[in-house]
Amino acid sequence: MRTTRWLIGCLVVVALVDCRPAFAQAGQAGDTQSLRQDITRLRQDFEALQKQYNDRLAALEAKLAASEGAASPNAAAPAAAAPGQPAQTAQVPTGAEGAGGPSGSLPVYGGASASSKIFNPDIAVIGDFLAAAGHNPVNPGRAFEMHESEASFQAVVDPYARADFFLSFGEEGVDLEEGFITFPTLPGGLLAKVGKMRAAFGKVNTLHNHVMPWTDRPLVTNNLVNGEDGINDAGVSVARLIPNPWFFMEATGQVFRGDSGNLFASSTRSDLSYIGHVRGYHDITEGTNIDVGGSYAYGHNDAGFTADGSSLVTQLYGMDVTLRWRPLRRAIYRSFVGRSELIWSRRDEPLGEQQAFGYYVSGDYQLARRWSTGARFDRSARATDASLYDTSGSLLLTYVPSEFSQLRGQYRRIHFGDEATANELLFQLQFSIGAHGAHPF
Amino acid sequence: MHRSSTRSSTRRSTQRSLRLIVTGLIATIALAVATVGSAQSKLNVVTATEDLAAIAREVGGDRITVEPIARGYQDPHFVEAKPSFILKLQKADLLVVVGRELEIGWLPPLIQQSRNAKIQPGGPAYLDASLHARILDVPQGTITRALGDVHPLGNPHYWLDPDNGKLIAKDIADKLGELRPADRAYFQMRLDDFQKRLTEAEKRWTASMAPFKGAKVVTYHQSFSNFADHFGIVVAGYVEPRPGIPPSPQHTLDLENQMKQQNIKIVLVEPYFDAKTPNAIGRDTGAQVLVMPPSVGGVKGTEDYFKLFDYDIAQLVDALKKAGGGTR
Repeated sequence: MRTTRWLIGCLVVVALVDCRPAFAQAGQAGDTQSLRQDITRLRQDFEALQKQYNDRLAALEAKLAASEGAASPNAAAPAAAAPGQPAQTAQVPTGAEGAGGPSGSLPVYGGASASSKIFNPDIAVIGDFLAAAGHNPVNPGRAFEMHESEASFQAVVDPYARADFFLSFGEEGVDLEEGFITFPTLPGGLLAKVGKMRAAFGKVNTLHNHVMPWTDRPLVTNNLVNGEDGINDAGVSVARLIPNPWFFMEATGQVFRGDSGNLFASSTRSDLSYIGHVRGYHDITEGTNIDVGGSYAYGHNDAGFTADGSSLVTQLYGMDVTLRWRPLRRAIYRSFVGRSELIWSRRDEPLGEQQAFGYYVSGDYQLARRWSTGARFDRSARATDASLYDTSGSLLLTYVPSEFSQLRGQYRRIHFGDEATANELLFQLQFSIGAHGAHPF
Repeated sequence: MHRSSTRSSTRRSTQRSLRLIVTGLIATIALAVATVGSAQSKLNVVTATEDLAAIAREVGGDRITVEPIARGYQDPHFVEAKPSFILKLQKADLLVVVGRELEIGWLPPLIQQSRNAKIQPGGPAYLDASLHARILDVPQGTITRALGDVHPLGNPHYWLDPDNGKLIAKDIADKLGELRPADRAYFQMRLDDFQKRLTEAEKRWTASMAPFKGAKVVTYHQSFSNFADHFGIVVAGYVEPRPGIPPSPQHTLDLENQMKQQNIKIVLVEPYFDAKTPNAIGRDTGAQVLVMPPSVGGVKGTEDYFKLFDYDIAQLVDALKKAGGGTR
């Protein structure tokens, strides 16, 4: 019974609700027109108000932008830097805007675009692969070795300087072979370099591996001038041309930290090393020239200390002579380079000074566009034991498929001062990719 | 011990003195010699090649001195960066370069060591003569060294088009006027005269070459693109398989077959290349081998820009006549 009453009640409620539009329609039919007019009027008022606020907001934003622009004239530069190109932008991080940070979108710096590559340095990589066969009881080397991969980065820094970086990747590590800035146009005709660089001591010390006419470095370099790395240190170099009516002459003075492998070692900040070099050059004919240099190097060594506590000293004196012949009409087919370097070492040791002398003489003859031959004779005492002389002779054959690759074979016989003898066949493959570098001279 | 210490101290003192003497000597030599060179009445122009020197002489007249670096008879790609050139560049009031990376292997280190701020790239006295010239053979698509020693910025042998000669001359005259405003009218007058004479000579050269329009030739290197384009001949092949790569037996054989098929009877060889392979091609195909200088001073009788074209066109016309009036 109670259930029946509940059901009847529900039905009545549903019927009343269902009949509501009919009641409304009947009650408001006469007011529809006036309601529509009210809504239209309200909408117009709202739109007018919205427009009024939009205008005020735009005026305020313009005022704000003008005041910011006056405070920081470069603020709009990145956006204006690349007209016609779609700007690369990023959204402001959530929350930053409300914290008084920038609004809207931000430019992306360092984004990839064609124009950003213009200022990239010239990049090249030169590979130096070595192979060795034969017998060498003293310094056997490896059968195969990716001896060096030299990456170079070179570019102009600004109107006053250029920069050169040479990174030398071995199989097991990387080394900054050279990295320096050059100021080519200083007052007084000076040419200055600052950074890490190969010192201007003689000829071979200044040369990178890939421009050497041999697969190795001469014995005198290995024994007296710190081997392959040579005098290569951080410091400052200043060079000046010496005007005279007869020939090209250049004087170079360099100051380094004083660390160059087993040659120089600085134990205090004042243990600097010093290099002086004078070069004279003269064209004998248009195809023949002579290049003569004198070098001096001074630095502290790691052999010990004097009575007053300062470290012992090594001094090197060098002389180099290069004779070149390259007939201009057949310059790409025939050439000859004869070269010799003589080096004297005076190295303080705890038991007294060691005076060692070494030299090499070499000749390289290009007999065809792709082929050249060469020979070298070396003889050098050892820096720490001048009584021991090493002597070596080499024969070379080089094939150059293109400007960008080179194959070289070298037969080398070394008679070491302590009676051991090495007989070796050395093979080298060099290859370069990337920017076209300067031809060696 | 004491004696040893004294000896060591004395030696160190001597070494210091010696070091001072050596350093002092270098410093004295470097600084005591007075800097040579004062204001010169003539502008000292250095050019990368003899072609640019010849054009500079035409517009500069007696108001300039001109010194080229590369000689006309040497391969301009492989000039040695001799220190004596540094001295020339040090004194230069203007440096004119061919550009398009022709000198990339030797000129940059010379400029860098010149101690001359004006002639550094971008400097007021550095002029790249290629900027307004018509440049051909700009490589398209993928560029790798597999294409040989290509010039990514186009063929740098553009001076072998007389129209480019006029443009180079204008650039040089404008630059000279900029450097010496007082002589601007003089340089302009000489430029006008040069261009007028070149236009007249060009008519003569074009008339000589007109009967051979479309004639095909083979050249050793890609040196004659602009010349061929201007005078209406076609370079159908090269003795080099790729720019800068010496001839190979297979390529030579292919080239000979092509010459036989297309009846090509002329091989042009720049004076600095070995004529052995071209001569062999000549023997095998019956083609004439001409040593044709692409540069002023390349051979005797090509001492200026006009004589270069006179010589080359006379030689070529003679050879084309012998070849039968056109090898199309």
